[in-house]
Amino acid sequence: MNTVLEVKNLSVTFRTEDGTLSAVDRVSLEVGESEVLAVVGESGCGKSVSAMSLAGLLPRTATVAGSVKLDGIELIGADKRTLRSIRGREMAYIFQEPMTSLNPVFTVGHQIAEVLRTHIGLSRQAARDRSVELLKLVGIPSAERRVGDYPHQLSGGMRQRVMIAMAVACDPKVLIADEPTTALDVTIQAGILDVLRELRERLGTSIVLITHDLGVVADLADRVAVMYARRVVETAEVHELFSRPQHPYTAGLLGASPAAGRHAETHRLNEIPGLVPVLAEQPDACTFADRCPRALDTCTASEPNLTPGPHRVACWNPVREPVEV
Amino acid sequence: MRRYLLGRLWQSIVTLILATIVVFVGVRALPGDPALALAGEDRDPESLRAIREQYGLDDSLLVQFWQFVSHAARGDLGQSIRTGESVTTMIANALPVTIELSVLAILVASVLGVGAGVVAAVRRGRPAEWAANALALLGLSVPNFWLGLMAILYLSVALGLFPASGFVPFFTDPVGNLHHLILPALILGTGLAAVIMRQTRSSMLDALSADYIRTAEAKGLSPRAVIGRHALRNSLIVVVTIVGLQLGALISGAVVTERIFALPGFGKLTVDAVFQRDYPVIQAVVLVTAAAYILINLLVDLLYSVIDPRIRVRGDA
Amino acid sequence: MAITDVTVTAGTPLRSNRRRVVRRMLRNPLAISGLVVLGLAVVLAVFAPWLAPHEPTQTHLDQAFAPPGTAGYLLGTDDLGRDVLARIMYGLRASLHVGLLAVATSLAIGVPLGLMAGYFRAIDALISRFTDLVLAFPFLILAVGLAAIRGASLGNAAIAIGIAQIPGVIRIVRSETLRLKSLDFVAAAIVEGAGDAWVLGRHILPNAASVIIVQATVAIPAAILGEAVLSFLGLGIQPPAPSLGTMLSDAQQFAARAPWAAVMPGVAIMLLTLAFNVVGDSLRDALDPKASRR
Repeated sequence: MNTVLEVKNLSVTFRTEDGTLSAVDRVSLEVGESEVLAVVGESGCGKSVSAMSLAGLLPRTATVAGSVKLDGIELIGADKRTLRSIRGREMAYIFQEPMTSLNPVFTVGHQIAEVLRTHIGLSRQAARDRSVELLKLVGIPSAERRVGDYPHQLSGGMRQRVMIAMAVACDPKVLIADEPTTALDVTIQAGILDVLRELRERLGTSIVLITHDLGVVADLADRVAVMYARRVVETAEVHELFSRPQHPYTAGLLGASPAAGRHAETHRLNEIPGLVPVLAEQPDACTFADRCPRALDTCTASEPNLTPGPHRVACWNPVREPVEV
Repeated sequence: MRRYLLGRLWQSIVTLILATIVVFVGVRALPGDPALALAGEDRDPESLRAIREQYGLDDSLLVQFWQFVSHAARGDLGQSIRTGESVTTMIANALPVTIELSVLAILVASVLGVGAGVVAAVRRGRPAEWAANALALLGLSVPNFWLGLMAILYLSVALGLFPASGFVPFFTDPVGNLHHLILPALILGTGLAAVIMRQTRSSMLDALSADYIRTAEAKGLSPRAVIGRHALRNSLIVVVTIVGLQLGALISGAVVTERIFALPGFGKLTVDAVFQRDYPVIQAVVLVTAAAYILINLLVDLLYSVIDPRIRVRGDA
Repeated sequence: MAITDVTVTAGTPLRSNRRRVVRRMLRNPLAISGLVVLGLAVVLAVFAPWLAPHEPTQTHLDQAFAPPGTAGYLLGTDDLGRDVLARIMYGLRASLHVGLLAVATSLAIGVPLGLMAGYFRAIDALISRFTDLVLAFPFLILAVGLAAIRGASLGNAAIAIGIAQIPGVIRIVRSETLRLKSLDFVAAAIVEGAGDAWVLGRHILPNAASVIIVQATVAIPAAILGEAVLSFLGLGIQPPAPSLGTMLSDAQQFAARAPWAAVMPGVAIMLLTLAFNVVGDSLRDALDPKASRR
């Protein structure tokens, strides 16, 4: 499988009034052709910041280091013009808030056509026709009529479909979906996930799926990267990760999620004790050590690196026994 | 949408009726016999009787009010007690000057205010923002009639760049007309420009941190499209509202500006009428201003709904 | 008795808030310079009879058109030899007088109406018709009408400006009342059976105080500018009493000969309104919890 997106040692820091804060620490990821990689973690673990940094979408206060290669082209340090020509064309985004991510004063058709006109130089009419096709592609009924609607006339699920239509308008190589279903009702979520799955199959788009919802991961992902406190702590193929989590944090995360067939009487949901460390702290240790039930002396003395291989884990004392399902 | 418009129309009509009553009662509240006041210096019994006749001052208040309204509705606002000229004609002659001055001032203020506001928001925390903020604060604080005096003193008299006073009708000499009006329009527009700038800056800051701006950036649009199209379009809605709200201040400012630059407009008519105790003219001027204010605000509301689709098209989601 | 408890909890955040606001204001050099200018203006205006080097209306025809710096006439004299500095000091008196009187008028009428409009839904529409009506008469037109009916005077100018400012006060107090009404401590007081007058006077008004103060700091300079305009047009203070506006309209005739007589009063008005606007801005920023972001 060809690697489409290759992220190596990506670090992001923010300049603030209280000094420099680290938000992402040496994150490395790979996404293959038409592969869905899920990046999972709690709020504030750095997964969204990593996603935004890929195409240079962070504010001026952010400093990004490391390497992001899209089809072999380096994006970190690329000039603004190059980045603009890649955004929306090679690498497209879908955001969490469909209610506010569309501009309220333009029709959805206009907003989709804008991408086509900017990147492909389609005429007004051609862009509009293509917008209708795209709306059909993402499953919006009576697309010919809806193309002239304003965002406030559409429901949340429909708006998120419009966002997806906009994102795939130029047939991008990678689609970055940042919590695409979090703000939606559960019944609507399934529909959006279906659209993403179908796009991957029909267009061969690679997807980076940022989420904290393990249900969504199980539903859509091929591979999973688990992030904890700015770092990737484990990556594996999805079934492998769910059945044999090696990092104690991953195991804890799975234990904290409800699963089918388990009863509340016999299987209590477990919480992970303690709090996520604040961003400013940079101890020379495993960031999870304080909360880890399996912590050893080594864990507070030096930090673990990811092991090589298909199932990679950054832990001095990984879980070896499979989780009973 | 239609219900909203009908509601607005109805409100405007109610306000207009109330305003008419206020003006009517105001004139009856003139000290002493209104006929004496209306007669001015011409106080022989014969003309007093004529005035009583003309204004129906011996009728009941209700009849008088009806007379007043029905005359006004037919465009008959009475005669000036100084010149005997029809007040309607006097206003019709003066109004175009004021309208042109105000429209120019709004244009100048919008261009300067929106431009400076966008710069201040985009160049956040840089010298450009600081300068724009300071200018806006000055624009709010400087008395514009004094600024007008200074402009005449230094730009017109000392440097001879602009005519210090006077007016040429647009259709006689368009260039001369603009030459005469550009300085007054700039002066009248300063305060409005400052208000527009501050509002544009704050609504641009809101817009720039909005999710849809992040979307526009993620789409790979140029900064010009992101700022000029996506952010500004949303901010302009606020600017239209401001112009509507500031209309009263603009009308007041126009009166003073015309006085300073000796423009033969509505403001000059008003001030002259007060000093000549020309009550029919005062009454008409107040009534016409109120009606114009109400009408323009109705138009602003319509314009508002044209710019903002959330008002124009009701959501069916 | 339960009601007093609620009052205490409502009052506490208000007090700590006040200290924080003062601290934020004192950290802002711009706010401090604004306050200094305001203090100076108030001192000059209040103590003008003792501080002014000359009587403001006293003419010195032999000293007409003395330029600034002339011995005894620091800022020069006008066409009648009247001392510009003395007239500015007395003019500041008139400006502050009208500024405060107009704003007091607008608050006295606007605050109760705003509270009622926000609190009682039934009369909201009625009050908003009233607001529309007042807005239909721009302040200058109102002043023209008042001058026609009652004659031109400083007091009538203040009333005209005050009336014109009522809609702004109503709008701000109304929206603040609506906001406060939905807060828990007010809802709690209502649930506990507190009367409308009690809720409005004890819970809503004290907490709306900060927005009213900010509105006043914006309205006072506007009223001062309004007074200058009306006096300039001859619709305000009557000569020979000095006002910054009448000084400017006098100076207009001989501005080319004695520019200082036209420049100085204008600078005085500008500094005064600028100081008010700067203080108002920093007060609003200090009260705004989002201010650190902006």
